[in-house]
Amino acid sequence: MCDDVGRPHDELARVVRDHAGRLAASLVHLLGDFSAAEDLVQDAIETALRRWPVEGVPDRPDAWLFTVARNRGLDVLRRQARYREKLTQLQWPAREEPDDRLRLLFTCCHPALPRQAQVALTLRTICGLTTPQIAAAFLVPESTVAQRITRAKRKITDAAIPYRIPPDAELPERLNEVLTVVYLLYNEGYLSSTGDGAWSRRLAEDAEWLASSLVWTLPREPEVIGLLALIRLHQARACARFDAGGRIVLLPDQDRSRWDHAAIAEAGQLIARAAASGRPGPYQLQAAIVACHAEAPRWEDTDWAQIVVLYDMLLAVAPSPVTRLNRAIALRYHAGPEAAMKEVDALAEHLDRYPLLHATRAELLRALGAPEEAREADRRALDLTANPAQRAIIEDRISWTC
Amino acid sequence: MKYVLMFAEPPQYAEYLAAMSDEERQAAYDEVGRWFAENAARITHHVHLLPAHTATTMRKVDGHAEVTDGPFVEGKEIVTGFVEAEVADLDEALAMARSWPGCPVIEIRPADV
Repeated sequence: MCDDVGRPHDELARVVRDHAGRLAASLVHLLGDFSAAEDLVQDAIETALRRWPVEGVPDRPDAWLFTVARNRGLDVLRRQARYREKLTQLQWPAREEPDDRLRLLFTCCHPALPRQAQVALTLRTICGLTTPQIAAAFLVPESTVAQRITRAKRKITDAAIPYRIPPDAELPERLNEVLTVVYLLYNEGYLSSTGDGAWSRRLAEDAEWLASSLVWTLPREPEVIGLLALIRLHQARACARFDAGGRIVLLPDQDRSRWDHAAIAEAGQLIARAAASGRPGPYQLQAAIVACHAEAPRWEDTDWAQIVVLYDMLLAVAPSPVTRLNRAIALRYHAGPEAAMKEVDALAEHLDRYPLLHATRAELLRALGAPEEAREADRRALDLTANPAQRAIIEDRISWTC
Repeated sequence: MKYVLMFAEPPQYAEYLAAMSDEERQAAYDEVGRWFAENAARITHHVHLLPAHTATTMRKVDGHAEVTDGPFVEGKEIVTGFVEAEVADLDEALAMARSWPGCPVIEIRPADV
């Protein structure tokens, strides 16, 4: 998608990733041991990453990985008779069970596990990332990630966390857990707090891939479709988000011809499909808001009235001060800066430590003809943000208006 | 698989109960009674503990035992009873705990048997 800015694609990693989840899932399913299965897959992937660049990618990468995993398993488990018996029964391709990987995802995101462990376990087991890669992406020490994963796996086994998709009655709550983790992965990749472009892109792509796998398996869950649409819309505009110097380009200034308009149209169809179920939720509504921006041919054509309505609906299902702030920004273009300022002032108490509140105030104060106060608000925003891209924008603005 | 559900009361819970009228309190107790009846097939053992002031704590310090009255003074959530249940997995234990109408804190742990 972004080949025009010269980002080589790692096909090898993609092949491994596409098959690792399914492989782990079938091994867990048949062995009944989460930890052992996952170790086998990691071993097989590491062998592949070492040998494929030299020997070439095999014709059937999935079968290759499976054979390596099984042989390795037989070596390791020779002393454990009950595993050996099961392992020798393993055939590839495994029984046609499209929901194996999904079960694995629900196990990784079980509410009895802490959120950080859910994220780490999902990345490791389903996306096939290594511990050092996860540590790099989330800026935590490797030992911390390793510990989180070890503890989580031990708890899954010892506390008998079941390996299954929850029954219908519990599905909405559990699905929520899973969607949150996928959304977190995407945000981490998209907002790239680490500053490492390659890892961020990988995380964003993994999240998109997870969301589309979820839609494939649960095609009638509107929020799952909504999340996929949301991610696709962001991805479709990703190319235009940074300039050649790596600085963020704000929405009004983005070159809209560089957006992936086919992907935007497809996302629109996803939103319509989700909406047909008549069960709106936060992901569908966020996707609809992003779609309003993405479908406008020019910034001036943005349908702000529609966006304000969508924010009102979003606030009704998922109230949050940050959402109210975003609504206030939309309100500026719909009802004018005074109306927006009133909303922002009402939020000041809740969001005093949130840099975008002060950056928004600065913009509104400038529009209302109060440049001194605007500069002060910008400085406050600058004090509060560590994200280098955000800092650069605010610094620019302060120097222009001095 | 055997799990133990430990029921704990934070200090606010006693105040909450005390603030109820007699009928409301009776209704709350009845709900607990119903929960026990509904889960009777799973519950293998049930113990209700007497209040925290009846507790005695023995602490081994440097090889000898020191006996004090009461649970840890800094303890904020005090275990008031426990249930031993035979269920398939953690999800079934969680479903039981979710429908528990009594005190608000429940620790669920598999029993090593």
